[in-house]
Formats: sequence, structure tokens, C-alpha cells
Amino acid sequence: MSKFGEEWTRGYRDMLIEAGSRALADCNLHGEEIDGIVVGTMAPGSLVGQEHIGALVADFMGLNPVPAIRVEAACASGGVALRQGYMAIASGMHDCVVVGGVEKMTDTPGEEVASALGGAGDQEWELFMGATFPAIYAMMARRHMLEYGTTEEQMASVAVKNHRNSSKNKYAHFQNEITMDTVMKSKYVATPLKLFDCAPITDGAAAVVLMPLEKAKKYVEQPIEIVASAQASDTLALHSRASMTSLRATQAAAKKAYETAKVTPKDIDVVEVHDCFTIAEIAAIEDLGFFKKGEGGKASLEGKTALNAEISVNTSGGLKGCGHPVGATGVKQAVEVVWQLRGKAEGRQVKDCEVGMTHNVGGSGATSVVHIMKRA
Amino acid sequence: MSPNALFMESVCMISQPVGIVGYGTCVPKYRIKAEEIARVWGEEPDRIKKGLGVFEKSVPDVDEDAGTLAVEASRNAILMAGIEAPAIGAVYVGSESHPYAVKPTASIVAEAIGATPDLTAADLEFACKAGTAGIQICMGMVASNMIRYGLAVGSDTSQGRPGDALEYTASAGAAAFLIGRDKAEFVAEIEETFSFTTDTPDFWRRQHAEFPSHGGRFTGTPAYFRHVMGATQGLFEKMNTKAADYDYFVFHQPNGKFPLEAAKKMGIDVEKVKPGLFTPIIGNTYSGASPIGLAGVLDIAKPGQRILVTSFGSGAGSDSFSIRVTDGMKAKREKYKGYTLADYIADKEYIDYGVYVKHRRKLKSL
Repeated sequence: MSKFGEEWTRGYRDMLIEAGSRALADCNLHGEEIDGIVVGTMAPGSLVGQEHIGALVADFMGLNPVPAIRVEAACASGGVALRQGYMAIASGMHDCVVVGGVEKMTDTPGEEVASALGGAGDQEWELFMGATFPAIYAMMARRHMLEYGTTEEQMASVAVKNHRNSSKNKYAHFQNEITMDTVMKSKYVATPLKLFDCAPITDGAAAVVLMPLEKAKKYVEQPIEIVASAQASDTLALHSRASMTSLRATQAAAKKAYETAKVTPKDIDVVEVHDCFTIAEIAAIEDLGFFKKGEGGKASLEGKTALNAEISVNTSGGLKGCGHPVGATGVKQAVEVVWQLRGKAEGRQVKDCEVGMTHNVGGSGATSVVHIMKRA
Repeated sequence: MSPNALFMESVCMISQPVGIVGYGTCVPKYRIKAEEIARVWGEEPDRIKKGLGVFEKSVPDVDEDAGTLAVEASRNAILMAGIEAPAIGAVYVGSESHPYAVKPTASIVAEAIGATPDLTAADLEFACKAGTAGIQICMGMVASNMIRYGLAVGSDTSQGRPGDALEYTASAGAAAFLIGRDKAEFVAEIEETFSFTTDTPDFWRRQHAEFPSHGGRFTGTPAYFRHVMGATQGLFEKMNTKAADYDYFVFHQPNGKFPLEAAKKMGIDVEKVKPGLFTPIIGNTYSGASPIGLAGVLDIAKPGQRILVTSFGSGAGSDSFSIRVTDGMKAKREKYKGYTLADYIADKEYIDYGVYVKHRRKLKSL
């Protein structure tokens, strides 16, 4: 990983090269052994004026002529890139694939970033009409409050917990703890979501190296096995969905992942969920089956999602605390789960961590990608 | 040899005494409160006041501009110095709101104070630090005996787009410094100066644009703090001094918080910064800001006391000065009968947003 944050002095290339180099160093890998590159990135065209990211990465990592592709699935670009890399290995077409995720967001004025991110929704029916993502998730929050009695305090507790975790993560954007008061007294962005309910705009990159399991064992002492990779789609626009409080794509991807991995939510020790807003984490821990629908908020406020509580959720700090460089997020989630499964998550280690999960969402839930990993 | 080592080898110390022989300020009498601006834009005033540390700002009258403010500040400086205007050999006016795109403000000032025609004059622009750049140019000219006195002015009627955060701070004011070389005339000696400059686009206004653009949070750490701290610490290093050697610190003050934060980051007692911090009550006078802060401290400092002043101009650069108040201050201060900074600050009249819109010519249908 590169350090997440407002990285004023580093550009798109610097960050992805830093993350890629670290991933290669982690498994003592030489460039000539790599036979494929997949990069998840959402909007480099709008944000830094650069397209053709696959070729860029191969070039600047010094890996030509290795084939390289860019994957885009809005904020799920990283998770979908990981899945594409997994499929390349699983198909037998590739033997060693580097999967990266990157986004450089702070070189662009805030309103332009909001507009670029808005493209993750339905441009014609949502963004064009003025609905930005905070507004869309605010509607989801309102509906969750109406249907299940979820409160602003419950949502605030998610941000407090995620900052507590990110305060122990040296790669995180925010390494400070916050109080309930900080969240509750912060300014409304789109009621009921306040500033501290929202993930920040962040620069950052993350990378992982994928190989067939037997090969991986020759490179590292603790390879991590991807035991399930599942992805599902839903309507692009929020208003077309049967429910505003459940992400059906998440439910479908999770069901498939649990079946493939032959595990249940009770078997998961650590999960990185997509908390672009605090309400998103509450909906996610319900949709992934850790809590019954409607009980996610209560469980959060009661501390059931804290480190080493009932289920350790977002030990990296999540999108709220660790930061959300959109294309990098899905890959960062995998990096965090690898560290947890290896017992290398300094200061925020989940005890006896055997099985981990990542959950990455694009837009308001039109794409959802879930991975389950285990110690090999 | 590394670029830094090359620089250190070529560091030049001031070899001739240079100092301030008189100074003056000017702040328009109109004020608008943060509450009033917040009321119009539906913002919470307490959040603004706490966030920016600015409570009210000065507003120029309809017939005031960077030129008129510079003239008044310069007249006050000449009055304090007790010199004849024709003895001034150079006038430099630093501003980012020069009334003309082409046609100098400096010639207007020189004419108005009676220094014409035997002098050189030019306008300077370096966002908020053009005033201190003028001081440095005058220092060089008097020390090299090109001129006897040089007048350096920082003056602005700064702009902020309606509804932008800048609107709470962008204000108007000027400060003028007469620089000379005769120690007997000094009210304060400029012991040393050090500058820190990079190409950092944190804040800018393109040709023909009415309002400036800024990089939001980018204006903080990589811009203001890097340059203010770079220049201040560079001056410490050059002179082999430390924070404890100074009685007052004046930093550029785009808001009420940055100067205090910069002080904390450098281990400087914030109580040494507060006496020179005027932005909370008059707003950010841009090119006038750190010069006005310096003038305010000179008004209260005792002979022998040392002041470190560091400006900041977006784009970006900082000039630091080590200044020691001399014995000559007392007599000139007592003799001076013009308006002091304290007088300008006390003489105020509040206006509402409607009048403010008229004064700042923001009403486009007229």
C-alpha cells in the first residue's frame, strides 16, 4: 500500500508504483515472473486527465511487455480488479498477476470530484437532476431510520469505531480518534448525514500479487488463499430498486461467496465492508448476514462490530478512517485482510483470525463484489 | 555540490545598516460582521468564527481602492519619519488589487505624496507578500547607496467570490514603510532577511477573472505552512537565532488561526504572536496583512525588543525579517500626530450585506 491521505507531493504514478513495489517486495518477486497486470481505477480521466491506465502501469513499473488492463466499476473498481486477477489465475491463463488499485483525487477541486464520483450513479436520472452521492445515501439513511428506527447516534458510532481502528493504522488517511460529540456536532452534508458520516476524498494506491496456491507457497511463508470471489449487479439508479435499505447485489454476491467457500457469517473473523457513508456500513453488516435486517445500527452502537467484538468490522479504519481513494479501496480491503490473516495487523490484530472477507460496492449498490480469504 | 550546499556557500549577510525610518497604516472605516455574511448565505456564524478565527472585516468605501489606501498609509509614514517627500528615491506598491491592469499604482502614490518626479517607481504583485518584497528591494537600494529613502507599501482591497469562504476574510488595508540607511533616523533596524520561494499554485486569479480561485485545503500545509516555516526557520539558521531571541512574531494572517498554528508547529509561544494578529478584527488585508501586523507591533514594542516578521504570498513564497526596535522609536512615536493603527481599528462603522454589495461593486445589474 501507499500511505493514504492528502498526498500533495505525490502523483498518480508515484503512488501506484510505491504500492506495486511494496507488493512485489513482500513476496520477493522479480518483474520477469509477472505475466499479467490488472488495475482498478474509477475516474483518472476526469480527475487527472489520464486514461489508458493498464499501459501506464506496465510502462512505469518497468514491466513491458506484460499485458495490462484497467478495470472500472466505480467505487468497486478495486474489488472487481481483484476478481479479474483471480479469474485470470483460476482459468489457467496466467501464473502470476499483480492487481493494483489507485486513485488521485486531491489535485481536483471538490465540486469536480463530486461530479466525477456522481458518474457512479445514473447520470440521466440521478446526477443530471442534482443527486450527488451524499444525497443518495442520505435517502437510504432516512429510509433505514423510518423502517427500522435507526438513529443518527447509531450511525455516528460507526465513524467513531472506524477512526479508533484507523488510529492504529500507519497507512490510514486519518490517524486520530474522534468522539460521538465530534460526529454529532459536525455539519450536515445531506441530512441526516453529517460531515463525519462521510468517507473523505483521498489519494492512495494498493496492490496484491496473485498466484496459483502451490506456486505461492514457494514465494512466501504465509500465502493467503482466496476461497471465494463473487460479484453481483443491481439497477444503476436507487429509485428503480425494490428496497432502499438493502443492497440486493451485496446479498446476492454474499450468498454466492458463502456457498463457494462453504462458510457462514459466523465463520468470518474479520470483514472489510464498504462504508462510504456510515449508513452503508450498517446496511452492509446486515446484508452480509452478520446481523438481522434493521439491527445493524443497534449492533454498531453497542460495540458489537469493534475490534475483537462479535465481528471485527473495518479494522483498517474502513473508508471513513483509512480513506477512500475509490479505485484503491477494494484492493486495500484485501491487503488489510491479508495482514489480519497473517497476524501482522500491528496494534489492531483480530485474535485467532482464520477467515476474512472483503465487501466492495460500486455506486449506491449497482455493483457489489465479495471475497472470502483464508490462511493457506 | 548539492544545490543546498551551493546555496549555503553563497549566503549573503547584510553588510550595511538598513532600517525603518517611519511607517504608517490605513484601514477603511467600514466593517461587516461574520454573522451578517453568514446570515445571507445560510451558514452558522459560530462555525465560521471558530473555523476561521475571523469576527469582522474591513470594507473599503465606494471611492477607496488599493491606490487611495496606499497614499494614506504613505502619508502617515512620511509624517512619522519627519522627512521631506522629494528625498524619497523609490516607491514600490505591492498589491493584488492594483486599480489598473496596466498603469502603475506606484506613480499615483508617488505623485500624491509629492515625491515626483526624481525617483523610480513600480508596482509589485506576489499575492499577499508583494509588500514585503518591496521592503527587500528598498533595503537593497538604500544599502547600495542608490537612494537615500525607499518607500515600500503593501495595499489591497481584496476580492472574494460571493458565498466563497474567502468572503469572510478578504478585506482592505495598507501599510507603508520608509526604509533608510542612517542609523540616527531608525525607529527599527532590519537586521537580516531570508526568503523561501517555490512554484506552488495554491491560489491565483487569471487575467480578466473577477475573483480568485484557490485550492481549498491545498492552501494550508503545502502552501502557507511550508513557506512560512521555511522562511522563518531559514532566517533562524542564517542568523543563528532561535524563537527565544524574539519578543514578537508576526506571520502572514489569511485568517485568525494559521499564524497561531504555524507558531505552535515551530515551538513559538503564541502569546508572542497575538499582539501582531489583526485579521480577527479587520480581516485579511492581503498585501497589507503582515505589514499591518508589523506596524501594530512596532506601535507597542520597546527599544531593544526584537520582532520576527514573515509574510506569505500564494504562488508561493515567504519573506522573513529580523527587526530590532531602536532608541529612535520613542521620540518619533511621541511626535507623531497622525492616525495610528489602533485609531483606524477603533474608528469603525458597521454595514449590512446590502451596503457591502454596493461598496464592493458586486451588484451586476447596475
